[in-house]
Amino acid sequence: MSKENKGIVDRRGQTLTGAQILWESLVREGVEVVFGYPGGAIMPAYDALLDYPIHHVLVRHEQGAAHMADGYARASGEVGVAVATSGPGATNLVTGIANAMLDSIPIVCITGQVPSALLGSDAFQETDITGVTLPITKHNYLVSRVEDVAATIREAFYVARSGRPGPVVIDITKDAQQNRCTFEWSDEPVALPGYRPTYHPSGQHIQKALEMLAASRRPVILTGHGVVASGATALLLQLIEKSDVPVASTLLGLGGVPARHPLHLGMMGMHGESWVNTAIQEADLLIALGMRFDDRVTGKLETYGINAKKIHVELDPAEINKNVKVDLAIVGDVRDVLLQLLPGVTEQRRPEWVARIEELRGDSSERDIQSWPDDGLLHAAHVIHDLHAATEGAALVVTDVGQHQMWAAQYYKHDAARRHITSGGLGTMGFALPAAIGARFARPKDEIWVIAGDGGFQMTAAELSTCAQEGLNLNIAIINNGYLGMVRQWQELFFERRYVATPIGSPDFVKLAEAHGLRGLRVERRADIRAAVEAARAFDGTIVIDFRVAQEDCVYPMVAAGADLGDMIRRPSNASATTSSGKESQR
Amino acid sequence: MSPTSLRTFVVYVEDKPGVLNRVASLFRRRLFNIISLNVGRTHEEGVSRMTIVVEANDDTAHLFEANLYKMVNVLRVQDITKAPSVTRDLALIKVAATEEQRAHLLQICSVFRARALDVAPDSLVIEITGTPDKIDGLVAVLRPFGIVEMVQTGTVAMTRGTSQAADAVSPISNGKSTLAA
Repeated sequence: MSKENKGIVDRRGQTLTGAQILWESLVREGVEVVFGYPGGAIMPAYDALLDYPIHHVLVRHEQGAAHMADGYARASGEVGVAVATSGPGATNLVTGIANAMLDSIPIVCITGQVPSALLGSDAFQETDITGVTLPITKHNYLVSRVEDVAATIREAFYVARSGRPGPVVIDITKDAQQNRCTFEWSDEPVALPGYRPTYHPSGQHIQKALEMLAASRRPVILTGHGVVASGATALLLQLIEKSDVPVASTLLGLGGVPARHPLHLGMMGMHGESWVNTAIQEADLLIALGMRFDDRVTGKLETYGINAKKIHVELDPAEINKNVKVDLAIVGDVRDVLLQLLPGVTEQRRPEWVARIEELRGDSSERDIQSWPDDGLLHAAHVIHDLHAATEGAALVVTDVGQHQMWAAQYYKHDAARRHITSGGLGTMGFALPAAIGARFARPKDEIWVIAGDGGFQMTAAELSTCAQEGLNLNIAIINNGYLGMVRQWQELFFERRYVATPIGSPDFVKLAEAHGLRGLRVERRADIRAAVEAARAFDGTIVIDFRVAQEDCVYPMVAAGADLGDMIRRPSNASATTSSGKESQR
Repeated sequence: MSPTSLRTFVVYVEDKPGVLNRVASLFRRRLFNIISLNVGRTHEEGVSRMTIVVEANDDTAHLFEANLYKMVNVLRVQDITKAPSVTRDLALIKVAATEEQRAHLLQICSVFRARALDVAPDSLVIEITGTPDKIDGLVAVLRPFGIVEMVQTGTVAMTRGTSQAADAVSPISNGKSTLAA
């Protein structure tokens, strides 16, 4: 598993401090960068870091460290690492850990802890972080003996990356960092008696799935994050082309099938494309691959996929029949399952079904915002559509949470996996900027765009200072509508337009960028989008573009929470009714 | 949704700090009340055994089993509700007893196959082992005498025969029914 250790002397058998063993172990796990913030209980570890070839990125808030580790992991497929001190340092990680948990992202968080003699004494900066993070980690450890440091780190990385990945916390007491012991590192595979990361699908189930697929006239494949995580994208493409099955994607599954592929339908669910949701409701077979039937995907469970038999291919047995009862469950890694399925898949063509979906799609495109004439207002969808065109769909896009996130999912179409990074399950505002910083270290040369709302961006805007200190090249598009847009949309649609606590003021984002020594631009007209995007692409540094968009725009289509998936609220045909810009005074 | 009933899980776990907390937390998260939870060591070094009784329907019982299996420290899970098995609780009951009542109480004990562990001038400590129903029955009879205090272990359970209730393991936990070395 571990990468080649670049010129590091083999110090196995030597007597080292726990702090040294920590970094020795991380180097052996292939870690090249960590995101963190020092403090009293983790100081011995920081002191030892100076002697190791690991780059430390100083964050401005530990939540940022966890999101950076998360963004790094999503962009690279490797384990991301965050470091924090005890007490507030550790608790500040919590949101980022929960975010990684819900999206199954492999990160390892290392926290300092008060000396073991003081555990439980309410010592300065003592928090029971293993207790706090117990329900939001895949596993966690409290290490109080120097002899346990190396083995725990090896185990933690193994647990984080194997099976269904997830976050692991290692809390190391100060004395375990300071004490010394012989450094030992086993090259044997980690053996944990109670841990079963993978299951092997039975041939009988594979056979049954093949029969169901062959018998189906209107199948839809539902592709999820598991397809990306298991590296099954090429196999999935083979499957759909051979059997002519259209594919709908979850938010985190986007990029699993090239968006331009004729059998790729688009995103499903609450803000999925109308033809996708309709196809799911009309399908006679749903094949779910590495996805978990989140409530944002299914709508009302009682009527979900009501005409369809369902096959669920999923690594985690606890997901089977959790939300949607299925006719056939295949527990296993998606990649393994597809490898076993493919030889048995027969060539099939389904012209009627494909034509039916095209018919649905044709109707919807009429109402699609990107085909509207330019009405002089800057719409968020225009910004993202034009950004997609200017970057030829090849950028790595990191989004925050809210309306812009849904527009980005709808209009920035990805043809490859690991180019669309977003907070799915937890819906963590403030995720985008730090996650993009993490992604930058995983993909030093790729073009990266942050797309964030004015609300979410302000939650973690302090990390602009990190961008400046690290000299990072990042492009940041703030979709600024002066509202917490998604909440405002719900207020408009479900709370009689009572806009409680959703108008939000912002600093002058251009000046904010400049105050950090970064560059800022403002765009207020659609005609100016392209030039700003080109300016950002040409600029080697972090640039913030403040896109002043229509204030009361809504994301369509929309399936109300708990409504039937086919019951979509559509964009009213009179556009001006929903895109008033008459609230400028609130800026 | 199938109706709820009392479900009994036998859970083998690593004997490490915090494992009980992890297991209990799983039930807490879904607002499920644990009817009883018993944990103790086994003949195998480093392995503890829990008997957990909860009220659940088939779907939730299935999810509990799958989620218990996901825990790194959990070695094996069996839902033995439908397997032939023996279940026992142990209770100690201190009951007020005058000299005149003592003989009567000892007679009740023998009917329930309970024993008196301690005799004091004004009380008796009675030990009873049995199913929760049987213990409830004794408590009902003793209550008029005045129960001073009482403690109950919670259910421990074991399947009959030597099969270790392999047929009680659900299909989705294929290949997981054996305790790894």
